[in-house]
Amino acid sequence: MGNPLGRYLLTLSRLWGTSLAMQFEYQANLLLEVVAAVANLLGSLLLLSLFYGGGRALGGWSWPQALVVLGVYTLLEGITSTWLRPNLSTIVGHVQQGTLDFVLLKPIDSQFWLSTSRISLMGLPEIATGLGLMIWAAGQAGIRITPWLMIQTLLMLVASGLLLYSLWFLVSTTSIWFVKTWNATEVLRAALSSGRYPISAFPTAVRRFFTIVLPVAFLTTVPAEAMLGRLTLPWLLLSLMVACIGLALSRAFWQFALRFYTSASS
Amino acid sequence: MRNTAFSSRAVSSRALRSPKVRPLQSLQHGWRVARALFASQYALMLEYRAEIVLWALAGMVPFIMLAIWIESPAGAALGMGPTQLARYFLAAFVVRQFTVAWVMTVFEEDALQGRLSPMLLQPLHPFWRYLASHVAEQATRLPFVALIATLFFLVLPWAFWLPTPQRALLTLAATFLAFVLNFLIQCTMACMCFWSDRVNALERLIYIPILFLSGTAAPLDAFPPALRRLAEATPFPLLVNFPAQLLSGGEVQIAAGFTALAIWITGLFLLMTLLWRIGVKRYGAMGA
Repeated sequence: MGNPLGRYLLTLSRLWGTSLAMQFEYQANLLLEVVAAVANLLGSLLLLSLFYGGGRALGGWSWPQALVVLGVYTLLEGITSTWLRPNLSTIVGHVQQGTLDFVLLKPIDSQFWLSTSRISLMGLPEIATGLGLMIWAAGQAGIRITPWLMIQTLLMLVASGLLLYSLWFLVSTTSIWFVKTWNATEVLRAALSSGRYPISAFPTAVRRFFTIVLPVAFLTTVPAEAMLGRLTLPWLLLSLMVACIGLALSRAFWQFALRFYTSASS
Repeated sequence: MRNTAFSSRAVSSRALRSPKVRPLQSLQHGWRVARALFASQYALMLEYRAEIVLWALAGMVPFIMLAIWIESPAGAALGMGPTQLARYFLAAFVVRQFTVAWVMTVFEEDALQGRLSPMLLQPLHPFWRYLASHVAEQATRLPFVALIATLFFLVLPWAFWLPTPQRALLTLAATFLAFVLNFLIQCTMACMCFWSDRVNALERLIYIPILFLSGTAAPLDAFPPALRRLAEATPFPLLVNFPAQLLSGGEVQIAAGFTALAIWITGLFLLMTLLWRIGVKRYGAMGA
C-alpha cells in the first residue's frame, strides 16, 4: 500500500466494481440505451444525408469521409455517457448539499475522485457503433488501415477524449460559484453537437470560433483526418498540445475554484 | 410495498376538488389558485435566472445548423436563400424557447424522492403545478430571448424582418399549442413512472425524434418526400417546423397545421388522463 499508484488503482477498481453492480439493478435502462444509440445514429445519418443530395458535398468531404467524423462524434458521445456525465454531474450536487467537504477530506486527490469514481454502461452501445462506423466508413473511403494509421488515430482519439474531459471539468467546476448550474453542461453539449460535421462545413468565422475558442475541431475533425491518413505532423503535435493545455487548465482552475469553496450553509 | 390506504386518500382528494359551489365562485377560486401558483413559481424561477439563461443557451442547435445550411449548396438547392434560412432558424430557436417541457425529469424526481405523496393529497392535480412552473419559466426567458434575437440581427442585419400582424398572432397561437402538445407528450410519458422507477432512459429516447424530426436541425422542406410524409405522421414537426414557418413567413398549410395540433392535443390528453387514473392506483409511495 506504500505505492501511491497502486493505491489509486485499487481504489479505482473498488469504485468501478460498486458502480457496475449498481447498474445491473436497472437492466431495462440498458436496453433502452441500445435503442437510443441506434435511433441517434439513424437521425444523424438522415441529417447528414440532407447535405449530400444531388451529388453535393459538405465542406469538401465526401460522404464516407464525413461518416468518419460522425463515427468519432458518436464514440465521444458514448465516452461522455460512460465516463464524464456520471462523474462530473455529481459535482454540482456535492456543492449544493455540502458533501464536497467529505470528498475534500478523503486521503485521495479530489479531482481524481470526482472524475473517476463512477462508470456507467450506458455509453457502451454508442462507443461500439461509433467505432464500427469509423472503421467501416474509412474502408468505404478507400483507406487501408496500417499499424501507423491505427497508432495515429488512437493517439488523436486519446487527445480528443482528454480535451473533452477538460472542457467538461472546466464547466462543471463553475458550479463552485454558481451552485445551481445543472444546465451548464447542457450548453456545452449543445455546442459540441457541431462536432457531428467536419469543421470545413462551417463559414470561416464560425470555423475559427470552433478551432480557437471552443476547440471542437480537435475533438472530431482531427481524429477523423488521422483515420483518413491525411493528418500532417504539425496538426498532430498541435492536437496533443491542446489536450495538455486543456488538462493543465482544468487542474489549475479546480485548485483556484477550491479557494472559493466555503461549504454549504456557512 | 404498496400503501393502499394512501392511494385511497388520494382518490378521496379528488372529491375535494369539486365542492358543490356555484360556477362563478369556482371560477374565482380557480383564478386565485392559478394566480398564486404562477406568482410563487415565477418568484422561484427568478431565483434561478442564471440557470435559465444557460438553459436557453442550450437551445442553440438551430444556430449551429444555420451556419452549416448557409455554407452548403444544399440550402440553395432547396429554394431557400440565406435570408429565408436565417429567418427560419431564428424562428425555430425562438419557438423552441417557448415550447420546452421537462415534466418527466421533475416528475421522476418527485416520485422517487417521495415528494409526490403530499402533492397527491392536495386538492390540485400535480400536473397543474408543473404547468405553472413551465409558464413562469417562459416568462423569465422572455427578456433573454429578446436579447438573443437583437444580437442575431446585429450580426446578420440583412435577415431582419417583422412578421405581419396576422402571422404574428397565428405564431403566438401555434407556439402556445405546440407547448401544450409537448407538455402533454411529457405528461403521458411521465405517467410511466407509476410502472417503472426510472424513466430517464425513456426521456432520452423522446428527445431523439424531437431533435431530428421537429425541424430544429433542418426545415421539413429539406426532407426527401417519403421521409417527410413519415415525419408528418408524427406530432414532432408541429412542435417546431409549423410555428417556425409561420413566424418566418414561409409557405405553410395553416388550417391543416392547427387541425393536426388539435387532434394530437385531444388524443394525448385523453390518453394521459387514462394512464394517470390507472397509474395513481398502482402508486405505492416511495419508501412506504
